[in-house]
Amino acid sequence: MKTLWLTQIAAVLRVELGKTFFSRRGLWVYLLALAPLLIFGGHSMIMLVRAHVPCDFGNDTNVFAGIFQTLDLRVVIFFGCLGIFMNLFRGEVLDRSLHFYFLAPIRREVLVVGKYLAGIIAALVIFTTSTILQWIAMYAHFSSTIVLSYLRDGNGWSHLAAYAGTTALGCVGYGSVFLLMGALFRNPIFPAAGILIWESVNAFVPPLLQKFSVIYYLKSLCPIEAPPNVGPPFSLLIVNADPIAPAIAVSGILIFTLLVVVIATLQVRRMEINYSTD
Amino acid sequence: MADNQQVVFENVSKFYGDVLGVNRVTLSIPPGITSLVGPNGSGKTTLMNLMTGLLQPTRGRISVLGVSPNQPEQLFRQLGYCTQFDSFPRGFTGYQFVYSFLRIYGCTHSEAESFAWRAIDRVNMREAAHRKIAAYSKGMRQRIKLAQSTCHGPAVLVLDEPLNGLDPLVRAEVIAMLRSLAEEGMHIIISSHVLHEVDMISDQVVLLSNGYVVAEGKIRGVRNELDERPMQVLIRCNAPSLLAAKVFEQSSVVEARMHADGKGLLVKTKDPDKFYLQLNKIAMNGIGIESVTPADDDVNSLYEYLIGSEEPSK
Repeated sequence: MKTLWLTQIAAVLRVELGKTFFSRRGLWVYLLALAPLLIFGGHSMIMLVRAHVPCDFGNDTNVFAGIFQTLDLRVVIFFGCLGIFMNLFRGEVLDRSLHFYFLAPIRREVLVVGKYLAGIIAALVIFTTSTILQWIAMYAHFSSTIVLSYLRDGNGWSHLAAYAGTTALGCVGYGSVFLLMGALFRNPIFPAAGILIWESVNAFVPPLLQKFSVIYYLKSLCPIEAPPNVGPPFSLLIVNADPIAPAIAVSGILIFTLLVVVIATLQVRRMEINYSTD
Repeated sequence: MADNQQVVFENVSKFYGDVLGVNRVTLSIPPGITSLVGPNGSGKTTLMNLMTGLLQPTRGRISVLGVSPNQPEQLFRQLGYCTQFDSFPRGFTGYQFVYSFLRIYGCTHSEAESFAWRAIDRVNMREAAHRKIAAYSKGMRQRIKLAQSTCHGPAVLVLDEPLNGLDPLVRAEVIAMLRSLAEEGMHIIISSHVLHEVDMISDQVVLLSNGYVVAEGKIRGVRNELDERPMQVLIRCNAPSLLAAKVFEQSSVVEARMHADGKGLLVKTKDPDKFYLQLNKIAMNGIGIESVTPADDDVNSLYEYLIGSEEPSK
């Protein structure tokens, strides 16, 4: 027999997933996820049309790595998670509908977990699908023989799994940060901007401080280091930290996430409904 | 009555920064219908939000049938709150609003479905149940909130201006529903600005002004404690002028004047018991008295006496 808290999490998930996937407010998250896909799809289309131009598989692999680490991790997943997770509590306060949950017989800890899981599921479906489709789109203009050989004899599958996994962990890590921001601040935009700046200048701070960022761990999980010789402005965005072992990176993000979700839970336990002041 | 059978406030204060919400409120609310009455900003909604955990008291202790508002998982198994907030989760239909609450409560799909329809039927909303709440009228939103707050059969029902926006027919139905729930032993705590309705449905009242409780208890009991205010009695009789002359001779009478319709006398007395005895003697001397009714032991009068001429909250 299912325990009550599991039933309640399932009920919260049902409500939240419907709101996240099908609300008009979330449309821009889909557009954000579509943007890099259009770049890679467009690249492949051009290469297919200009069949006489020689294709360089290795170069495209490096380009994918570069764009994934700059556009996907730092823009698409960052802002996508901001859109999804910040709304979990803050959006409800703005809609003046949070009392629906606060007047139900559910522990606020369970509510936080339910809402966070709903955000994770939505983010994973949207952004992991986007990453996988980007990867397919990038190599779509190569012959099937080359792609199959990359998958069978090269590192194709492991690279794809690493990108998908990094995307997932990015959602988990950034999601927890924005969940907390939404619960903590009346206007979370400024703290979010602060986090964006912190994540962006991460490459220029001492190695010890670099470890206090999500991007540091995500970068360590990427299978290919982003090309170091890209020029400005992208060179400013690249993290040049010494990579750490994937196991440590994964556990680092998960421990960090756990801590942040616990803090969010404590904050939500203290939350009051006083819409007129929000 | 034990704490686990009452809603108890013990020296509760709530400040919003420097602004007073309620101050030093000590109350014990028994079963039945209790109305919170007071002007805007008197602290009615603050009290309701405190007892449901939406606000945390700055100091003091609150207990709802022995449960602290800090334990929502237990509190809302026995409490339903129909708030004044006129907003709902985005995109919900009326049915989803009630059904989703019941699923969070822990009901299975079939239980939630059955309880939801029962509550929706009780407020006559079946036909509109599958329409988006955003398209509901004010009265329909009010009714679906009532359905949601009662769908799990709570022992305590807190209703913030529940009759707002309801047409007279539904208003009468809701009042009848509340009366029948109160007779079953439920605690019903209502805030309302419609004083004659408060008078009609309440077993007891809590009068609030500027965050303080100025009076509480049964309406008549509160009225009797207002010694400095003479009690008004309306006497219907066949000879009001003659009666006026007779009652002026009584020491307990401080004022007597003809009723506006000329068929009765409005008497103010500082000692109603003594006055009624004297009135019996007058009646035996040939004046035909049709009825004797207290004219100011209602909420309206209490409000006027205790809170003054401020308009009740709209």
